[in-house]
Amino acid sequence: MAATPLLELRGIDKSFGPVQVLHDVGMSVYPGEVTALVGDNGAGKSTLVKCISGIYTIDAGTVLFDGRTVTVNSPRDAADLGIEVVYQDLALCDNLDIVQNMFLGREQKRGIVLDEPTMEQMAAETLASLSVRTVKSLRQLVASLSGGQRQTVAIAKAVLWNSKVVILDEPTAALGVAQTAQVLELVRRLADNGLGVALISHNMNEVFAVSDRIAALYLGRMAAEVKTSDVTHAQVVELITGGRSGNLGLPPEGPTDFADFMPGGQL
Amino acid sequence: MSTYEIAGGVKVARPTMAGHLRDYLARIRGGDLGALPAVLGLVVLTLIFGAARPNSFFSAGNLANLFNQAAGLTMIAMGLIFVLLLGEIDLSAGYAAGVCGAAMAILLTDRGYAEPVALLGALLTGVVIGLALGFLVAKVGIPSFVVTLAAFLAFQGVLLNLLGEGKNLSIPDGFIKSLNKDSLPVSWSWGLAIASVAVFALFQFLRYRGRADRGLLTEPIGVTLLRVAGIAALILTATAILTRERAINPAVASLKGVPIAALVIGGFLVLWTLVLGRTSYGRHVYAVGGNPEAARRAGIPVDRIRISVFVIGSFMAAIGGIMLVSRAGSVDPNTGGSSTLLYSVGAAVIGGTSLFGGKGKVIHAVIGGAVIAVIDNGMFLMDFSSGTRYIFTGVILLIAAGVDALARRRAAAGNR
Repeated sequence: MAATPLLELRGIDKSFGPVQVLHDVGMSVYPGEVTALVGDNGAGKSTLVKCISGIYTIDAGTVLFDGRTVTVNSPRDAADLGIEVVYQDLALCDNLDIVQNMFLGREQKRGIVLDEPTMEQMAAETLASLSVRTVKSLRQLVASLSGGQRQTVAIAKAVLWNSKVVILDEPTAALGVAQTAQVLELVRRLADNGLGVALISHNMNEVFAVSDRIAALYLGRMAAEVKTSDVTHAQVVELITGGRSGNLGLPPEGPTDFADFMPGGQL
Repeated sequence: MSTYEIAGGVKVARPTMAGHLRDYLARIRGGDLGALPAVLGLVVLTLIFGAARPNSFFSAGNLANLFNQAAGLTMIAMGLIFVLLLGEIDLSAGYAAGVCGAAMAILLTDRGYAEPVALLGALLTGVVIGLALGFLVAKVGIPSFVVTLAAFLAFQGVLLNLLGEGKNLSIPDGFIKSLNKDSLPVSWSWGLAIASVAVFALFQFLRYRGRADRGLLTEPIGVTLLRVAGIAALILTATAILTRERAINPAVASLKGVPIAALVIGGFLVLWTLVLGRTSYGRHVYAVGGNPEAARRAGIPVDRIRISVFVIGSFMAAIGGIMLVSRAGSVDPNTGGSSTLLYSVGAAVIGGTSLFGGKGKVIHAVIGGAVIAVIDNGMFLMDFSSGTRYIFTGVILLIAAGVDALARRRAAAGNR
């Protein structure tokens, strides 16, 4: 498979005061692949994402982007590298239209005046590249869009800037069945377009439907990074809930009698 | 529905006149009323007062008078719209106007400075007040209601102390006094009216062409033409009425032309409309008002935007104060007091700006200001007592706020 990961984390530690939330976490995101980041509530998924996106600074560890060591101290740094995060909510302004939302904070200008035609054109091209072919108007307010369409706009906003890595934080959490399918299809298409995609999800069906790799966090440690095709639902659930499944995952706390070997296991 | 492929290949509904009207009606049903209720209210009120007092209400003199009556509160309301767009409130704007007006009058009379210096002093006072309010709200984190309520009380005291108890300070004749009293010469009135119509038409046309040339979706050309024709009719009709002789005895002193106040209102209307609609600053104001968290994540300096709207609010209050002082010819401890602030907030809300933030336009201040001035003026001509006028204005404000709240409910219910 692809040689160098687009985004690689090594030995990430993060504490909030006395509470260490991330212990020695490593993770890789490869171009053209969807890496699912799974874990129970409190496992540290959101913290990890915020470390990558520059909202939190890491205490220890290295972040490699395209093989180079980089430092990410602010969301701006992450955006400059080409890392974009799509949050499950709070990302769009209801009172603005699709184009205005996609360019929020990065408006194109001619002199001091907004260059609306250019922005509308770029928005249209980006939506088209994601095979979004039907909206009533690029100028309709986001408030009038369905949940799936809103998420589509949020994702389109993330890929507008030739970003290389897109991290999606539970993009389908608030969506219905049909809309979930629509967004997952879009997530797959991002990877097929050559982007590195990290998908945070709680839904096993979703993870198995769309991901190439699975990274399971357990109590702030990376329990395992596996290929999706090498594991079963049940194993992933065990990794999430117990941190290990057979020989996969974190070493047992004490000696155990049944350290079975699972074929095709660890990477 | 026929579709239309724009640059990039996204299919969108092809625009037609009927479709445009349908979209507009759908938006209104969906709770996006904008200035529509205020415009309808203005028309109804005008017809009622016009029928009751055809000679006095529908006279050129009264139309000019309306501009002078509305100028002060409209200026304050324009500034308040920026504050309201963020879902904040500025209760001190009325007395801020009074303080700025007093500062100007004192510089002009007691200190004997020239008019430009006095004007600059008033505006600077406004900016400083705005910076202080904005800092307390955005950086210290005190709710704007409390900060500006405290400022409302304090500025009332500042005004009293500046003027001495009960003193009334008159300003001399000159540019400042003519601002909200005199009219432009007839030739200037027509020249400006025609020029503004021409510029508006040119910009509408350029925008249409610019979009069409890029293969972007344009509104039907008929809609553009109708808008230009509507604005042209409004401006030119008003100019035709205002350039008629309206002096009681023209032989003594002729009185005709567009009031300078109308030019001031129009100038600031254009300035702030461009700032809100065509600059990234304006876009960020809407974004912070709509969803502060999304704005923050988009890299918008939310605190700085929050401070800036209070600065604009108090700056416009200073302009309003200048207009109030100009109209009265003097400043007293009640300048900017009593109903000034409530009328200004009322103007913004009646015009269609939401008290909940994120929704509003500068034109709302003008339309709402016109509604309030028409009520005040018309009921006065119909010999209602000032008590009845207050009650009626209060009811209108309540209706406007109710329309806003109901529209929001509809919009929330219609969404997903």
